[in-house]
Amino acid sequence: MRQILAPDGTLTGEAPFDLAETRRLYAAMVAARTYDRKGSSLQRQGRLATYAPLEGQEAAQIGSAAALRADDWMVATYRDAAAMWLHGYPWSLLILGRTGDERGGSSPEGVRVLPPSITVGAHMLHAVGLAWAERLQGRDRVAITYFGDGATSEGDFHEAMNFAGVFELGTVFLCENNQYAISLSRERQSASETIAQKADAYGLPGTQVDGNDLFAVFEATSEAVDRARSGGGATLIEAVTYRLGPHTTSDDPSRYRPDTEPDEWRDRDPVERVRLFLAANRGWDEQFEKETKAAATEEIDRAVIEAESLAPLEAADTFDAMFEEPTLPLLEQRERA
Amino acid sequence: MTAINLAQALNQALSDALAEDPRVLILGEDVGRTGGVFRITDGLQERFGSDRVVDTPVAEAGIVGAAFGLAVGGMRPVAEMQFMGFSYPAYDQIISHVSRIRNRSRHRFTAPLVIRMPYGGGIGAAEHHSESTEAIYAHIPGLKVVVPSTPADARGLLLSAVADPDPVVFLEPIRLYRAVKEEVPRGTHMVPIGVAKVAAEGTDVTIISWGAMMKEVRQVAERLAEEGVSAEVIDVRTLAPLDMGAAVASVSKTGRAVVVHEAPRTAGLGAEIVAQIQEQCLYSLAAPVERVTGWDTIFPLKRAEHHYLPDPERILSAVRKTLEG
Repeated sequence: MRQILAPDGTLTGEAPFDLAETRRLYAAMVAARTYDRKGSSLQRQGRLATYAPLEGQEAAQIGSAAALRADDWMVATYRDAAAMWLHGYPWSLLILGRTGDERGGSSPEGVRVLPPSITVGAHMLHAVGLAWAERLQGRDRVAITYFGDGATSEGDFHEAMNFAGVFELGTVFLCENNQYAISLSRERQSASETIAQKADAYGLPGTQVDGNDLFAVFEATSEAVDRARSGGGATLIEAVTYRLGPHTTSDDPSRYRPDTEPDEWRDRDPVERVRLFLAANRGWDEQFEKETKAAATEEIDRAVIEAESLAPLEAADTFDAMFEEPTLPLLEQRERA
Repeated sequence: MTAINLAQALNQALSDALAEDPRVLILGEDVGRTGGVFRITDGLQERFGSDRVVDTPVAEAGIVGAAFGLAVGGMRPVAEMQFMGFSYPAYDQIISHVSRIRNRSRHRFTAPLVIRMPYGGGIGAAEHHSESTEAIYAHIPGLKVVVPSTPADARGLLLSAVADPDPVVFLEPIRLYRAVKEEVPRGTHMVPIGVAKVAAEGTDVTIISWGAMMKEVRQVAERLAEEGVSAEVIDVRTLAPLDMGAAVASVSKTGRAVVVHEAPRTAGLGAEIVAQIQEQCLYSLAAPVERVTGWDTIFPLKRAEHHYLPDPERILSAVRKTLEG
């Protein structure tokens, strides 16, 4: 398993970028954690529909998204807000989506991020098709898709990897192996020793990285992106990480995992690890921490206000995005709605 | 202009679409080198290359899921399911993603793709090769479902489907692929989606049908004419969005209606059509509306399939029942 930054913040390899960039991505991880805790809190207040926390997976998402070019495609899931945000998806739309509003699925022009997939697995094929569309149109944009360990059991994972292999498409498959698919442990999900090794079956390179290591995730994703962009085809990256919270706000992890397990993973916390590194390299002090957290809190609070200030869709609006032009039956029903 | 059959009309329409629009590509199982199991894409890979007429691995969800990405990414894919009965592995892609992306992104992303499916029985095919499950596609919000019964409509509707900004499930009646020939104008010749057609004018009874059953329905109309009964025939052509205008106008005039489809009876589209006739022209009706459909059985294999398929006799007896009313 590839690792560059050890849990105690010391380097076991070479950092892939400089201190300034490390500080920027540290701040991004802090923002992600701030957003995530806000999400759970808003859900408990009844202001969001079900919320799927990402705490613990910040490095896997921020490190990989940082390796993309701004115009690349991203096809992710309900737990990938940090990756989506770093790639240009505003916090306000992420929150809007979680309040239960379709308009949260509409990324700004120029941001090539699909609305988060709620079904598990099917979306990986969409990244395959997007990479294909780019190649056919003579462009070098790549498509990255995020999914969990559970999704690798779906048939669509196999079909997506197989198509990407056969047609040599520029897709990056980023598996956030967070050890549980709701209640089912990684060991019961697949008898494969690693998820990365599944790439072998499709003639693709697969690599396993410490998913709580910002540097290793960035480096592995950069290599995969370069390969995809230069016509070298797809890569499967298994980022080994851990979901510190529940699957969603409606489940109770104590029913399926030992209470001590999250504490063990807390010792490998992806955010703290970068903080320790920065602190040891004169890139962090209390003042920076305070400012970073304050800026994140302010940004997220502003996004919440923006999302909640939008009036809900009217009945008539729910008919308007079924087709480019509403069909006759829809027009008739809209009159009666 | 020479007369061509429905299969040739589809081949020409695909060829013209590929020639006209560089965004169009075809993908499916065996569509390239062999031209598809029904030869609908015959010669197209030779002419347009293997980047635009793509032989895929045997994976229906893969075909539709990749086509979805291609469409969102700016292409105009035409995906072929080898048979309707083999489309179900792709059903999740269709119902959970293809039909929804415009709504779940509020127009930001769209999936203008066509999914072609040969459907229907009567050719003594193997199990799963005779399905007529159009209702499960017509039931899904966000999909258009089209089914031609003539070569000219096949061409015109397929070109409209390729040009449509939204996803279209395009059903092709296997039994009619090579059943009749007619002259079909080349050049751009579109038939609008969502518009039913009066296939034969009449005054005494309305027969409403689509796709493969249109052949039997036309035969029945001719036999009725010999008996002095004037039947009006409506070819629905688009199952979603369902255009009831022509049928309602016709039934309001004739007061008698028979709906004919090959699909199983329960929750078939005939039920929806009868419900709408009841809503919109109950007071014009002189007799209960009849349905002639496949049975609620698994489509029988070759030696017994004739027991299942509605034939002219069954349709005639239903028409006579409405005339007695």
